[in-house]
Amino acid sequence: MQFATIFLIKTTDSMEVAVISGKGGTGKSSISAAFATLQPQVLLADCDVDAANLYILFNPTHEEKQIYIAGQTAVIDYEKCTHCGVCIDFCRFDAIHNEGGKVVISETSCDGCQLCSRICPLDAITMVDNDKSRMYSGTFRNGRMVYGRLAPGEENSGKLVNMVREKAKEVAKEHNLENIIIDGPPGIGCAVISSITGVNHVLIVTEPTISGLHDLKRTLEVVTKFNLKPWVVVNKYDINNEMTQQIESFCIGSGIDIAGKLPFDSSVVDAMVNCKSIVEWLPDSDFSKEIARIWNKITHS
Amino acid sequence: MINCEPIKIAVASGKGGTGKTLVSTSMFFALQQKHQIVTLVDCDAEEPNDMVFFSGEPEKTIDVTQRVPVIDDNKCTFCGKCHDYCSYKAIFILPPSKIIKVMEDLCHGCGACSVACEFGAITEKDVSLGEVRCFPVSMNSRIVEARMRVGVYSPVSVIKEAINEAGSNHVVLMDSPPGTSCPFIQTASRADYVILVTEPTPFGLSDLKQSVETLKSMGKPFGVIINRAGLGNEDVYKYLKNENIHLLMEIPFDREIAAIYSKGEILARQKPEYGEKLVSVYNAVCNYFFDQNN
Repeated sequence: MQFATIFLIKTTDSMEVAVISGKGGTGKSSISAAFATLQPQVLLADCDVDAANLYILFNPTHEEKQIYIAGQTAVIDYEKCTHCGVCIDFCRFDAIHNEGGKVVISETSCDGCQLCSRICPLDAITMVDNDKSRMYSGTFRNGRMVYGRLAPGEENSGKLVNMVREKAKEVAKEHNLENIIIDGPPGIGCAVISSITGVNHVLIVTEPTISGLHDLKRTLEVVTKFNLKPWVVVNKYDINNEMTQQIESFCIGSGIDIAGKLPFDSSVVDAMVNCKSIVEWLPDSDFSKEIARIWNKITHS
Repeated sequence: MINCEPIKIAVASGKGGTGKTLVSTSMFFALQQKHQIVTLVDCDAEEPNDMVFFSGEPEKTIDVTQRVPVIDDNKCTFCGKCHDYCSYKAIFILPPSKIIKVMEDLCHGCGACSVACEFGAITEKDVSLGEVRCFPVSMNSRIVEARMRVGVYSPVSVIKEAINEAGSNHVVLMDSPPGTSCPFIQTASRADYVILVTEPTPFGLSDLKQSVETLKSMGKPFGVIINRAGLGNEDVYKYLKNENIHLLMEIPFDREIAAIYSKGEILARQKPEYGEKLVSVYNAVCNYFFDQNN
């Protein structure tokens, strides 16, 4: 009996499943949404902070809102500035220019390194926080949801993603949610790396196009660099069966497991238009059944 | 009659996978067929795909580098000033144990540590961020591809270099990175006009709105192409109407188009009518832009 108690107390952290794709528009968010509604009560973390979409389907409450500081931007105090141009010489981001005798800092090019503010002989440059990005945490109809929204023009450094993931783990623990589903960003940059570091399972969504295969290869380069064993799902596989076969043989040849294949199905779009996941919209469809099979395959590996 | 004056047009979208590459490769193909001098810059440096649709070997490759510090342990006094100056936490220092280390992955190459060091202990070396490759496609056209190295913190430097390489004395199309963060801004800020490609779905509309707000705040002229028309719903059309945004073209949802794209074939080559339509869009954009500036 005592042993059993110990076992029960020893609850490990939640299981994290990250859904990513090198190429955008392969159906990553639709699949994440489907996973999030397959089972009772999950933690859904939208880490595609540059183009967060899942809140549209799930309309979560905003119980908590946190400001995310995405670095700083240099600002000139023209009361003090003599337009000497020393800062122009030191700036390596080509962010400071002399425009007709006036020294001007380009907000979009400034990297926030602070060097200009440190070397200005007149102390005319100060740094201001980029504080327009947000992280939200709340409930949705099938559990809890945490998501980030990066303000336009901010650097997607992965730090906001880290903040979303930390919060997700905290909330999942607090509410005893076993599964964390992470909807990751496209690409291969810092935000992707932050979305997959330390997760239990990674699913890469691809499509049967030459671009899809090309991007899949680059994404795998990132994933394997972090010693993660990825799964691949080919979405809309019947758009080009030949290409699907090519992707499958590439995966087999590289020792990567295919989690499943999903057909092109316009009801996935219908579901989205009706603010539902495909599993909520057509639970008995082949598509939804395949989603369930894929989930079981990944999580029972 | 085709416009021949120099212009830079970015093809962008908030949401990934809406058809930026489909539109930009086809517009490029159709323009070069009409003997226009044109360069296509693939600015999606994380996942550059334009060359999937064309073949050829690069005639020129530029290595894009960044400077990172090298600390000479013998000269370093472990004073910690470089660590204080670094805004990216890229210098790790443990003065009692006389350990100092540069985390190259975190370094942005700003040079602040070199300025900070009073003991001449910091020199710099170049590390590669990626490549810009130039592919001749025909006598009068070429593709300039920005390709970021895996694991680099930001694609922006490689994108900037690619746009610079393209030059500005002719027609330049830029296949933009997705989203509205830095890489998109760096591309859009260099454009005279931005074509936003979206799809008529809730996700497409949400991301379109964010792109529109961003371009408005930048003061950039823009118009919209709706791809996969027929899927989804009418909300995106209502939005364009209410906001008085120019709908440049619609590309219907069609499995045949999807199949053409999937094979790495160019839509404008397989279905020349789309090439003609994109040339019309190009002309409309040029007319609008040069009218506004005259």
